[in-house]
Amino acid sequence: MPVNVRIVQGLQEAAGILASDRGAQLLGGGTLLVRDINEGVMTEGTLLRAVDPVLLAMNTGGARVELGAGVTMAMVLASRDLPYLHAAARGIGGPAVRTTATIGGNLFAATPYGDFTTALLALDAVVTLHAGFGGARVMPLVEMLANRARGGVGLVASVGFSRPAGADAFRFVKVARVRPKGVSVLSIAAHLPQNGGRISGARIAYGAMGPTPLRAKAVERVLEGRTLDAATIAAAKSAALEGTQPATDAIASEWYRREVLPVHLGRLLAGETS
Amino acid sequence: MARMPVQFRLNGSDRAVFVEPAETLLGTIRRGLGDFAPKFGCGQGTCGVCTVLVDGEPRLGCLTLSVTCEGRSIETASGLADGPTLHPLQAAFMEHFAAQCGFCTPGMLMAAKALLDRNPNPTRVEVVEAIAGNVCRCTGYEPIINAILAAAQQRGARRA
Amino acid sequence: MLEFRKDLFADERDDNLNVIGKGEQRQDMLGHVTGRTRFFDDHGFDGLLHLKVVRSPHHHARIRSIDVTAAERAPGVKRVIRGQDVPLNKNTLLSLIDFGKDDEPTLAVDKVRYKGEPIVAIIADSEAEALAAVKLVRVSYDPLPTVFDVQEALKPGAVVVNETYPGNYFEYHDKYDHQKLRFGDVEAAFRTADHVLEERYQMSPIEHASTETNGTIAAPETNNRYVVHSCAQGLFFSLGTTAKILALESNRLHFIGGTVGGGFGGKVDSLTEPLAVLGAILTGRPVRYVLGREEEMQFASPRGAERHVIKDGVMRDGRIVARQITSYFDAGAYTRLTSYGVVKCVAHMPGPYTIPNVRGDAYCVFTNRVPATAMRGFGVTGVDFSIEVQMDKLAHLVGIDPMEFRILNAYRDGDMKAHRRVAHNTALIECVQVVAEKVNWPLSETARRASSLSGGGGPRAAIPPTVTDESGRIGRPETRQAPPQLTPGAAPLPAHQPRPAVPVYQPPPAHQPAAALPNYPAQPADAAPLPAPAPPVPNAPAPPQHGAARFSSVFTRRR
Repeated sequence: MPVNVRIVQGLQEAAGILASDRGAQLLGGGTLLVRDINEGVMTEGTLLRAVDPVLLAMNTGGARVELGAGVTMAMVLASRDLPYLHAAARGIGGPAVRTTATIGGNLFAATPYGDFTTALLALDAVVTLHAGFGGARVMPLVEMLANRARGGVGLVASVGFSRPAGADAFRFVKVARVRPKGVSVLSIAAHLPQNGGRISGARIAYGAMGPTPLRAKAVERVLEGRTLDAATIAAAKSAALEGTQPATDAIASEWYRREVLPVHLGRLLAGETS
Repeated sequence: MARMPVQFRLNGSDRAVFVEPAETLLGTIRRGLGDFAPKFGCGQGTCGVCTVLVDGEPRLGCLTLSVTCEGRSIETASGLADGPTLHPLQAAFMEHFAAQCGFCTPGMLMAAKALLDRNPNPTRVEVVEAIAGNVCRCTGYEPIINAILAAAQQRGARRA
Repeated sequence: MLEFRKDLFADERDDNLNVIGKGEQRQDMLGHVTGRTRFFDDHGFDGLLHLKVVRSPHHHARIRSIDVTAAERAPGVKRVIRGQDVPLNKNTLLSLIDFGKDDEPTLAVDKVRYKGEPIVAIIADSEAEALAAVKLVRVSYDPLPTVFDVQEALKPGAVVVNETYPGNYFEYHDKYDHQKLRFGDVEAAFRTADHVLEERYQMSPIEHASTETNGTIAAPETNNRYVVHSCAQGLFFSLGTTAKILALESNRLHFIGGTVGGGFGGKVDSLTEPLAVLGAILTGRPVRYVLGREEEMQFASPRGAERHVIKDGVMRDGRIVARQITSYFDAGAYTRLTSYGVVKCVAHMPGPYTIPNVRGDAYCVFTNRVPATAMRGFGVTGVDFSIEVQMDKLAHLVGIDPMEFRILNAYRDGDMKAHRRVAHNTALIECVQVVAEKVNWPLSETARRASSLSGGGGPRAAIPPTVTDESGRIGRPETRQAPPQLTPGAAPLPAHQPRPAVPVYQPPPAHQPAAALPNYPAQPADAAPLPAPAPPVPNAPAPPQHGAARFSSVFTRRR
């Protein structure tokens, strides 16, 4: 049977179908799943299209930000409250991809895609999950990505995170070989709150440096309590590769990714453009 | 699987068509409705030759399911000209040699239209960003960028 | 911006031109900007069927069995095509010009020789149904050892990729395992050269990545003919290929095309035409066969990998006295057009330079890679890149500015090329001079005054006594190192050679020291002066020049 499409109103119903039908997948913007249909990867099963307005909700004004999983990259870019996420959103495809590509879909994009998720990881985001017909629960994004690697997640309804401390506290870079943009060699997001000139609570995340976006815990430890001077940056660069497992793909070899990661991390921390 | 009815407006005309559930908008426009202006190039969102406007926003026809376009207004390059009068972008593309094989042109024009409709006086950087999802393998982009900037200028002059 | 340098070769050109130098609107542009241009896929047909193929997941394997029963029963499937359904399931593209042996099946039968080789074709009501049925075809394989490196493939005892060519090389002139070029005696020249430089260059396969993928729509037409909307770059070449494979009279095929969504050489292989037409014959309905993007990128023929080993002998004064080039072209599993690319490569050796001793050996090698094909500058780009990098290295070696080094060694009109054709219409010297001027690259007075019109011919037109050999006989790899033998040279330049009058060449002053020049490394102070080329033929004729001929390969008389 060819692929079927079901349109459902409520999230609960969608989550129930996802839990009971192994062939069902939730359709976000279609940039991943419709591609699979076009290439003959997905030749059967069901695409679930949930039209619940909750998926498009954006609470961006306060210290705590909540974005529906169906919010598109274009919507993020149109929001004046989310300037810190604009670089990550602009890094996703061209304008025609960004009008459909969703935050929720990006959470499921296989490496080397998923650069927006890298940014969310550095914001220490949590996801609101609907699994089965039960209620929603909140789970750290780190945990959700680990579950994703194992195959089971449920339905992501939204992501939430605290707004970064200041304009310079959040940095993002996507490294591609094509200008103005291409698929990631890697991406780096850094949340660098400072207290009296010293970094406190650093969070660094990498995209395309492992099977899913991942946190650079060793770099975070190096940065903690230090000023962002040349010595700190040098120490961060030497810790950059810890815990990474980059892949070789059409964009770059794992060797190349390892070679350039510390360079780009150093530039990002120094506030230089890559 | 039962086919599903969809209605939308295509280049100003109301159209109703039955589609396969997982049929793409590109497939429906081309094989269902006979408008062959938008092309198939990759089916995965990397080339942009299928770019159309859905309610004024640039979208990739190859990644958009037709069933999600119920009630929308869709524009393709076929609808750009006003009768025999070319759209300024079309005239500028001709003038500036902004096409060689012509395969990317319909998508390129729609990406450019989406830009100019929102931002009538774009900078060069904004033009480059607007067509960043559209691959051209012939021209090297420069004539296309120049054509879009020229079209913006010409439109501005006409408004003045 | 375009600039017409009318000061160069002014007396050889007709300036009464109606189009060149003026803006002219292309006739297809209006169609492009209105979306009305019809590419092969932009044609509607009632009852259109869609064809997709099952491809080999192995680089090299024997096919044990093919089971299509489940695919035949799948929803929407109208027909399954296998190798035995193809009337002539073995072809080589250049058989149309009687070059090479049939070596490639349309659908693999007993063996697959590269990853992605088509084995079974499925025709269904929709693309989705065809793709779903592709997954239902069961092929069992015995994987075979593989070879991916050209030089490994040429070794005795290497895995045989393509049984039509059991030595893994294309057979030239029914005699040699490679294409040869012999001119003079490189070994003797290497012995007397001041420096010998040997370097290796190679390039990976390159996919054309045209935005339109390869594809065809074929449909029954009136009078028992078939209309074929094709992406082919060479439409009638594709028609001939399709007619041969399907054993049809060519007048039963009505090919429509010429509007190609980017080709760059990647649409000359008739990858989709024969199966689409066969599908239309077998189903009686229109059949569309279009490659997906991943198929296009991975399994449609790329520009093949090349490896070039260049060994040059150069004198301290900058003259290159010997050049030996050994080239390996990776054809992939089947010949397609690589055999021809190799011939073009050899025709391009030793580059646009007058070198008295040249030896070229170029191999078209079969490996378990995707078959390669033409791409812009086919057969030439890789060797040209290699030669020009080598030229820079040689210039550095002898301490001469690389621009001047090229001017010094460039072909001049009347010189004998290694292929025993007299060089005419040469313009490298002028090109280098103009480039140097454009980028403010200082040239010596001598280099600025050099001209491709003067200083050529005479002794430079002579065919030297040439060492020939029987190395590389088919089936005898041990003869690749065969002993050479000397054959006498030929007289210089034939008297009928039309060529402008050669002015008396003034020996140039000493090469200008480059130390004052900012843009490139200074040359050593003791650099040798640019030597004078050999003196001109005293009585060279000065026939009237045909004005339009200089830049036209069409009107140039063969000699």
